[in-house]
Amino acid sequence: MASKFLLVAKREYLTRVRKRAFVVLTLLVPFIIAGFGVLVGKLALSDESAEVVDVRDASGLNIAAKLVPLSTPQLQFVPVEGSLPEAKQSFQQKKHAGLLYLPAGLDVQDPQGVQFFGKGNISLKKESRVQKALNDAFAELKMQRSGLNQTQLDQLRAKVPLSSVSLDETGKEKDSNSGVTTGIASVLAILIYFFIFLYGVQIMRGVGEEKSSRVMEVMLSAVKPFDLMMGKIMGIAAVGLTQFLLWGLLSWGASTVLVPLLMQDELGKAKTEVAAAAPRDAPATVADQATASAEQMNPAKRANVIGSAFEQASKLNIPIWTIVFGFVAYFLGGYLLYGALFGAVGAAVDDQTDTQQFMFPITMPLILSYILGFSVILRNPDGPVAFWMSMIPFTSPVAMVIRLPFGVPAWQLALSIGLLVVGFVGTVWVASRIYRVGILMYGKKVTYKELSKWMFYKG
Amino acid sequence: MQQPTSRPILEVRDVRKQYAAHTALSGVSLAVPEQSIFGLLGPNGAGKTSLIRIITQITGADAGEVFFRGEKLNPSHIGQIGYLPEERGLYKKMKVGEQLIYLAQLRGLSRADAVQRIRQWLERFDIKAWAEKNVEDLSKGMQQKVQFIATVLHEPKLIILDEPFSGFDPINANLIKDEILRLKQEGAAIIFSTHRMESVEEMCDSIALINRSRKVLDGPVTAIRNQFKTNTYEVEGQGQLMVVHPDFEVIEQKARENDHFYARIQLHAGAQPNDLLRYLIGRVQVYAFREQIPSINEIFIRRVRETMPETLTETANALL
Repeated sequence: MASKFLLVAKREYLTRVRKRAFVVLTLLVPFIIAGFGVLVGKLALSDESAEVVDVRDASGLNIAAKLVPLSTPQLQFVPVEGSLPEAKQSFQQKKHAGLLYLPAGLDVQDPQGVQFFGKGNISLKKESRVQKALNDAFAELKMQRSGLNQTQLDQLRAKVPLSSVSLDETGKEKDSNSGVTTGIASVLAILIYFFIFLYGVQIMRGVGEEKSSRVMEVMLSAVKPFDLMMGKIMGIAAVGLTQFLLWGLLSWGASTVLVPLLMQDELGKAKTEVAAAAPRDAPATVADQATASAEQMNPAKRANVIGSAFEQASKLNIPIWTIVFGFVAYFLGGYLLYGALFGAVGAAVDDQTDTQQFMFPITMPLILSYILGFSVILRNPDGPVAFWMSMIPFTSPVAMVIRLPFGVPAWQLALSIGLLVVGFVGTVWVASRIYRVGILMYGKKVTYKELSKWMFYKG
Repeated sequence: MQQPTSRPILEVRDVRKQYAAHTALSGVSLAVPEQSIFGLLGPNGAGKTSLIRIITQITGADAGEVFFRGEKLNPSHIGQIGYLPEERGLYKKMKVGEQLIYLAQLRGLSRADAVQRIRQWLERFDIKAWAEKNVEDLSKGMQQKVQFIATVLHEPKLIILDEPFSGFDPINANLIKDEILRLKQEGAAIIFSTHRMESVEEMCDSIALINRSRKVLDGPVTAIRNQFKTNTYEVEGQGQLMVVHPDFEVIEQKARENDHFYARIQLHAGAQPNDLLRYLIGRVQVYAFREQIPSINEIFIRRVRETMPETLTETANALL
């Protein structure tokens, strides 16, 4: 009775989509996400706004002048005059990050007595940045002293861009970027995990509602329990997909319109700062990156983000179509597998508060795959834990999508999806048996032993 | 009235249903005539709900067969059966109108037909204003009315009502009763399940009594009552009642104020009520004289008592 299944699914879908909570949540979340994006962006940029380090150069070696061009977006050197105590006082008054002191009579070959004063504890990161700039400045000074002219110096200054290259099976070279890969893997895993959880629980609640409102008997005299269960599962899946789709569209819209609007000031500032901090000698890549990331916020460019993500992904060694296919397969397979079980739990208990004892064993593999996914599988996507967890149907939806961006052998993918299909057919079968008996069972405290008996009840 | 010769709308043949620990139905057979009201009576836990769930195809029988108008019961009959369960319930957060459309569609009615019929029914029950209300905002009695409409909206040929009057006040109970009689007039057969036997005695054309998973009695109501009558007459009158006659026996006699009396007199085989009346007329002033016909309730209690030893031995056998 396909038409009844569709009627049930349609009702489940429409009643949920029309709810005020759904509309509010669907409209609100993208703005929360966009707002969050603005907040993170502002924080990131404010962190980026350079820390100023005063340089009191008493050495007479003109090192301060060499340090200034070495300023980066994170670190800016400003020469100051006056005695050491004066300089110490003034950098604190100006709320600068620190003071670099080069004492008089500094020996170029053996520079002793250079000091860095900072407020409070000086972080390792800050110290190493200052150290690096100082080393570079001394190196330049030494090279100049060795009698080379400017052209020779420019040629000497080695700048080796390092790009990581990974080889795929066919031996084709592609760029590898573990950051992007990890990012994609995490996002996919989180989406699947939350989708299963959020909407699985909705299935359980929905069944519980039908049971407690006693509408079940009327329904069952018109619809087969299996159609009723599957209609509910599919209807709720459609609700979830609608919500995700709207979230995606609205988030994109909100970030296209809102983020640039709210961040105009910061962007302008960042650009000029970057430009100011990137004169002749500044490392070109830093400036480029900063400009590029700033420009990405541009509405015009933003529109291309998805397209360029695909482009970038295909440039990198990321099997984009496998990911899309795999994601859809594990998304639906995982949802069906768990959704059926959630439905069975809703059918088995009388009271929502009794669901706890059955929820635990169901959600455990899901939570486990999530935790292990981020701790073990992400680090070693081809290891034994990753392999086995991506084969077991209860953990494979999360485990496999984490592995997908790193590349998975075709036979493993096929086997895993095959097992997942077997898995969800199995859980749907078990669940429909429990469901069939459970939905008309009232006032009975259900145990596991009882549940196993239900599986073999006739008709 | 039903025509005994015509094919029954529903025939149940030797249906058995066993649950893990107990037997719900052990070989029940019955036939529901077309266009009649059929009482399915029995105490709580007798197996009525189990039987109804088999007829409504919620569960299947372990053994035995059910026929709907001569065809073996199958899902295509769902649209011709309406069911009002004892445990009432509707989707609480759904509007009355939408809910009725949904339930009618599940029984195979088109949306347009459903909308039209819902309008008629809401008008008939004078509750048109509720169509846009959520079910949870209605009173319990109102919800019952909506549920009754949901049961009959698709114009089923067989309507199964489990305790239909529970939850209704006397006025609405009467309204429902009239609707049931009207539905019968329009050609439907109605199965009435209840353990309150007096409430259906007046409406039912035929009945089946079920006790402890077995049918203990069935047939047309009048026939059953006649079958169980004991040739006893109730007499009310004035005077000194002294019956000394070989054919008449006073079973019970009560004196009332002002020399009035009430008595139950049994006629022995061969004697006619007119003989008794003639005998009485010369002796006392007769105000009322009528045959005592046992109520279904009395018959049921008697039948249950009679079948008790059998069921007891069975239980004993089962335990051994």
